[in-house]
Amino acid sequence: MAKFAKKKDGDLPAVSTASLPDIVFMLLFFFMTVTTMKDSSLLVENTLPNATEIKKLEKKDRVIYIYVGKPTQEYQKVFGTEPKIQLNDKFASVEEVGSYILAERAKKPQELQNVLTTALKVDRDANMGLIADIKQQLREVNALKVNYTTYEGNAFNNLQ
Amino acid sequence: MPRRKGAPEVNAGSMADIAFLLLIFFLVTTTIETDAGLDRMLPPMEPPEEDVVIKQKNIFTVNINKNGQLLVEDELMDLKNLRKAAMDFLENGADGSCNYCKGRKDESSSDNPTKAIISLKNDRETKYSTYITVQNELVGAYNDLRNRESQKSFGRDFTDMEAEYLNPETPSNVRDDLKDKVKQIQDKFPQKLSEAETTSN
Repeated sequence: MAKFAKKKDGDLPAVSTASLPDIVFMLLFFFMTVTTMKDSSLLVENTLPNATEIKKLEKKDRVIYIYVGKPTQEYQKVFGTEPKIQLNDKFASVEEVGSYILAERAKKPQELQNVLTTALKVDRDANMGLIADIKQQLREVNALKVNYTTYEGNAFNNLQ
Repeated sequence: MPRRKGAPEVNAGSMADIAFLLLIFFLVTTTIETDAGLDRMLPPMEPPEEDVVIKQKNIFTVNINKNGQLLVEDELMDLKNLRKAAMDFLENGADGSCNYCKGRKDESSSDNPTKAIISLKNDRETKYSTYITVQNELVGAYNDLRNRESQKSFGRDFTDMEAEYLNPETPSNVRDDLKDKVKQIQDKFPQKLSEAETTSN
């Protein structure tokens, strides 16, 4: 019985933690490769309007985003409450839209440069004047395909 | 020698915990973006070479003022009636050449769906949400008509066919088939939605 007795009083064998660093490194590499710094944080309020007749934007790499809306609470002291344009991570003026589109377009592969869509993510409370100026800028750089990004929902809810 | 029995077995029980941790992490951080919206084409900067003469009766004017009120064909209109009015205009078919139109053939309205143009004007102070609603209704008018024709010819909705056609995961043989159908319907009701530059009066 000596054998059994020995097993009983002995503790569980210690877990080998030798592979733990491997796992941690695996995770680390995974996040390093997957994380993109591009995802810009929103500086503007961005409650999109609703629409029903929408089409999906299929390929993300073919889309250039422009955000428009009132600056969020923390930026209102500096930038006021008038709707502003956000390009990438900073506020921009209307004149910068054209050069931004050209810069973004130049970053894309050659074969995609003609099929780019500009997604306008505009807050529902923005005025059309600013949008009209942006559209004019887009026309000047020949970025004619636009998508007014919206939520799916009854369009008449916009009017309330 | 007890060592010869090999290394003690690793307790793999916590592996599940790690996996769950990862799973929850991704569930929390992944944001499903609302990347859907109204597709529109802006007019090119260069004006067309020759001046196209368009008859006044082939233009359906929609004006939005800064308070969000609509002036359609010089009459005040409620937004809810816009889709119906636009559809009536598009399929009016005054010249009688449109055999799939169910319009009233009113002489003072559009000749033919291929000639009918909707012109949208808005004020600089119009709210964006109003503008989107109007755009939605006008695109909806086109889609309703196209769906009707598509149901008649192919037994399914046009919007449904178009979505499948544009979906990159659709096999190419299906897509080739859809391409013809989509084109056929689009030719019946071409989307002619013109946007003039905004006014500030």
